[in-house]
Amino acid sequence: MNAQFDPVTLWTVIIGMAVGSFALRFVFIGLVGDRPLPAWILRHLRYTAVAIIPALVAPLVVWPPATGGAPDTARLAAALVTAATGYATRNVLAAMFAGAGTLWALLYLTG
Amino acid sequence: MTSTTVNSFFAKGFRDGLPFILVAAPFGTLFGVLATEAGLTLFETMVFTFTVFAGAAQFTALQLMQQDTPTLIVLVSALAVNLRVAMYSASLTPYLGAAPLWQRALAAYFTVDQSYACSVVQFETEPRMTVHQRMAYFFGVVAPLAPTWYAATFAGAALGKTIPESWALDFVLPIAFIAMVAPMLRTRAHLIAAAVSVVVVLLGAGIPHNLGLILAGLAGMIAGACAETVIEGRAAE
Repeated sequence: MNAQFDPVTLWTVIIGMAVGSFALRFVFIGLVGDRPLPAWILRHLRYTAVAIIPALVAPLVVWPPATGGAPDTARLAAALVTAATGYATRNVLAAMFAGAGTLWALLYLTG
Repeated sequence: MTSTTVNSFFAKGFRDGLPFILVAAPFGTLFGVLATEAGLTLFETMVFTFTVFAGAAQFTALQLMQQDTPTLIVLVSALAVNLRVAMYSASLTPYLGAAPLWQRALAAYFTVDQSYACSVVQFETEPRMTVHQRMAYFFGVVAPLAPTWYAATFAGAALGKTIPESWALDFVLPIAFIAMVAPMLRTRAHLIAAAVSVVVVLLGAGIPHNLGLILAGLAGMIAGACAETVIEGRAAE
């Protein structure tokens, strides 16, 4: 995990994200004014985070890089406990602590 | 008189924003730790956090850069995670659109989940607030939050190298992401969007350059939007 990034890549990402995320936030409040948006655009925007984040996480849960891609009981269980706690309690921190607790307990017991 | 009420709206915003430092502090620390672990210097980490100011998008970029993803895909994916702030911006516009440009630019920078959620509730509950009072409230919510996020990132970055390997930090980020997204799954359409994206990304695991992530994200968004249309159609019958 200690590989240094190429500085050009890193700064391209930082500057690109700085400009891009400001643009996303400014586009409506700054430029569009109070004209209403088409409903279909808003309907798709509502699902961006719940579509991208699970897609980012799923491969890391099923094939964790730390084990060389072999499925791992502790990590799978931690992911399931986090999801279940977060869904049931609607509480980000409760989910986070339940998941991390499960991970560390299982790694300690099996390691 | 006016300045008194403006101050009191700032104070109300501050009180409403205060509980969220309990979320900003651990996540900011985590970002600092993981960025340092990934090889960013303290300076790079702080510039990242100051200029971008979007937790989930920052974590996404960090994760993808470690998987040797092409820069363009890192940017597209990280910004896609943050597309929801465009929706917030659109939704706040009727309330704040009449403010001076510099205030709107500043508000745009500080538009995050917490400032949006508090503000929209407040503005709907008290529709007679002036634009000035609304801006005061909005910045009140941000006032405890933003410094906590910056300071926590700094603390995490300073701490980063000292954390032992046995803590399995590799998996803290997936847990953090799951913890962020699970409470967002409020409706069946949200669940369908998430399920479709997981299935597509796992089936597309062989697609190079992490392009499967973008495909899965698009599939999930479309699935969510379609599901919403169908469910609303049924409810209307």
